[in-house]
Amino acid sequence: MDSLSIAEILVPYQGRQRDALLPVLWDMQTAFGHIGPDAVRQISHALHVPEADIYGVISFYSLFSAEPTAETVIRVCTDPICGLAGADKVVHSLCHHLNIQHDETTPDGKYAISHTTCLGLCDHAPAALISQRGHEEIAVAPVASESDVLELQITPPYQSIVRGDILLKGADGKHVESLAKYGDYRALHHAITTLGPEGVIGEVEKAALIGRGGAAFPTASKWKMTRQAVGQPKYVVCNADESEPGTFKDRVLMEGRPHLILEGVALCAFAIGATKAYLFVRGEYPESMQRLQRAIDEATHAGLLGENIFGSDFSLDIEIRRGGGAYICGEETALFEAIEGDRGFPRIKPPYPTTHGLFQKPTVVNNVETLSTIPGIVEHGGGWFKQWGTEKSTGPKLVSVSGHVQRPGVYEINPGMTLRQMLEEFCGGVVGNLQTVLMGGAAGTFLTPDQLDVRLTFEDLRAIRSTFGSGAIMVFNETADLRDILQRLGRFFKHESCGKCFPCQLGTQRQMEILERADMPLEGDRERLRDIGLTMTESSLCGLGQTAASAVLSALEKWPDLFAVKGQPV
Amino acid sequence: MSDTVTLTIDGQEITVPAGTTLLEAAAQLGIEVPVICYHDATTSNGLCRVCVVDVNNGRLLQAACVTACANGSKVETRNERVERSRRTILEMLNSAVDLNHAPAIQTLMNDYDADPTRFPNAERREHALLDDNPFYVRDYSQCVLCWRCVQVCADDAQYTFALTFDGRGFDTHVATAFDIPMSESPCVFCGQCVGVCPTGALKPKIQWGMEQGMTPEQIRQSTRRPRRRQSVEIEEG
Repeated sequence: MDSLSIAEILVPYQGRQRDALLPVLWDMQTAFGHIGPDAVRQISHALHVPEADIYGVISFYSLFSAEPTAETVIRVCTDPICGLAGADKVVHSLCHHLNIQHDETTPDGKYAISHTTCLGLCDHAPAALISQRGHEEIAVAPVASESDVLELQITPPYQSIVRGDILLKGADGKHVESLAKYGDYRALHHAITTLGPEGVIGEVEKAALIGRGGAAFPTASKWKMTRQAVGQPKYVVCNADESEPGTFKDRVLMEGRPHLILEGVALCAFAIGATKAYLFVRGEYPESMQRLQRAIDEATHAGLLGENIFGSDFSLDIEIRRGGGAYICGEETALFEAIEGDRGFPRIKPPYPTTHGLFQKPTVVNNVETLSTIPGIVEHGGGWFKQWGTEKSTGPKLVSVSGHVQRPGVYEINPGMTLRQMLEEFCGGVVGNLQTVLMGGAAGTFLTPDQLDVRLTFEDLRAIRSTFGSGAIMVFNETADLRDILQRLGRFFKHESCGKCFPCQLGTQRQMEILERADMPLEGDRERLRDIGLTMTESSLCGLGQTAASAVLSALEKWPDLFAVKGQPV
Repeated sequence: MSDTVTLTIDGQEITVPAGTTLLEAAAQLGIEVPVICYHDATTSNGLCRVCVVDVNNGRLLQAACVTACANGSKVETRNERVERSRRTILEMLNSAVDLNHAPAIQTLMNDYDADPTRFPNAERREHALLDDNPFYVRDYSQCVLCWRCVQVCADDAQYTFALTFDGRGFDTHVATAFDIPMSESPCVFCGQCVGVCPTGALKPKIQWGMEQGMTPEQIRQSTRRPRRRQSVEIEEG
């Protein structure tokens, strides 16, 4: 791609509009390692977007740069699980080996070392993302030595430990399912020829499916509202921006079962009356993107996607959109802004996506895992789904388990089993003596060993003021330093706050500063953390800010002496 | 759907047209809900969250500037939760931004008993003063990120699109593309951004010169446009 000029890159985009901005920026970033003033000027002319706006978008996303970068940029994940696995040492030895500081470029312009937030390779920690000018990004894990990243001795895909017979059937993280193996979208055929759109929604309703993205919203209501909403066209957006630290179930699904996801997307589109769907995949998941694209091509070639599917008048175009590196884009309205070519600022709700979503049109946004449950529900009926779980938490549920367990991996659980059973039966038990479990991801809550008998269901977790969240379960034994974990969480939220509303923009910074001095706290730090935490939780504009203090507040409650000034009573 | 809604704000019942915001309804009752980012002439984005109020004792507080009144709501514009949020936001803002030229925010700090020293050793958002055109100066150390200037420069008023946001989160600041000087940007020097700035971040250059103790002659020199100077030179030449 190095040989292409800015103008040549822009050829296929002539006549397009602002929503082509992210794809254009990716092409430029990959080709030149940065997006400079000349590129911005020409993009501005091609897409009719003001130069200042384009610059603002570049500066918002972590994987874009307005300044020239090194030929190879190495970003090491420093979130809790990679931290536990020695990520700081990796950064240090890389910097030492290349004789540079963190965030510096070698004098020959060849390498730069930086950090990244979670890469979803927590079961192979520590992980790094390599961006080489002119090439697709590569995620590398586990990084054991400099040569792993400098000479790319290990490359994806990585074999994950997975266990499950429904959503994870045949998925091992290593092998991708072919269409021949998956079958000819039988559920979609059944929906088109027999059930009809209302029938599909009826089965989803019967299944009592709760969304797997974290907000725990009933999927069928969302679909019904969107189907009934006035306004055309309607859109389906698959939220594949999985970025919550400790979460990698969607990556494993995308890499292992792309056709299951695509069939789920198609069923949703058929049910709500959409002919266009977007898969918004985070920029740090190049492997997922490539596998999904191959599956789209395969299915389109076989007539299972595209025009007049199964000879009906139902047509569907599925397009992959690559995120630019921003956790906030997992928030559904920020995700729309990203697809529309803007900074990923979340919108004020209401109006909700079901009436005013992507391009202000009625839109269903569902998480990858949610959509992957649909083909089974449609083919076997809503009742089939209810053979797993409890009355309120139906169907198999995926969890990503990482940290101090014998077998970190992605597990399909039968909701209702306890956390203890899951850790023992699926993960082979805890390594060492359990100190705490961070349940639900960075935006989750800490559980203590006396809470291991909680049943893993939406309702039981809510009853103890915890959450399934993104399905991340991070396990820490007594050797883990809680202050260190909290510092990493603090840095994560500070890095990922979009900056739109004051409580989160200011609160994530102040929270991080206080967590970073936890070894030598100032008098009043506990009260400061509490005020910041409650203010962010109650007053922030979106879910990111509203949960950015969740883990910290639960830590304050469980271990009040964590931030006690030495020599003073707790 | 009915055309009006009836709700209770701080114990007083009021009926308003559907779509009225909580901020507007409270104002009709003579209840002043504090605001920082809100401005009559710009799109409300619910950024500062200083206008949050308690609706039905819900889990989340609601930004009064963007929340529509709902039938039967019970709204408290000032209680313990609301005060904690407002006070903490003000304290955090004061620890990050130079509010010396923002008297309205200073008054709010007093009203809510906000401690200006609440966050010691806090990183501040400091920026060098930008003096790159004859009309106004920009001191983003005083910027609270209310978005008004960016909005009036864009589709709230002028459609000039000279301004954007650079960076993300705490490190966000208002900027031109690639930080080019205003004189090289599409800016048409309409002055609307200066007019809506709630702090001293944007100031007319003459006002700034006077505050700096410059003489009238110095101010005149600094506010002359380069092109005009050139043409004068040609005439003189």
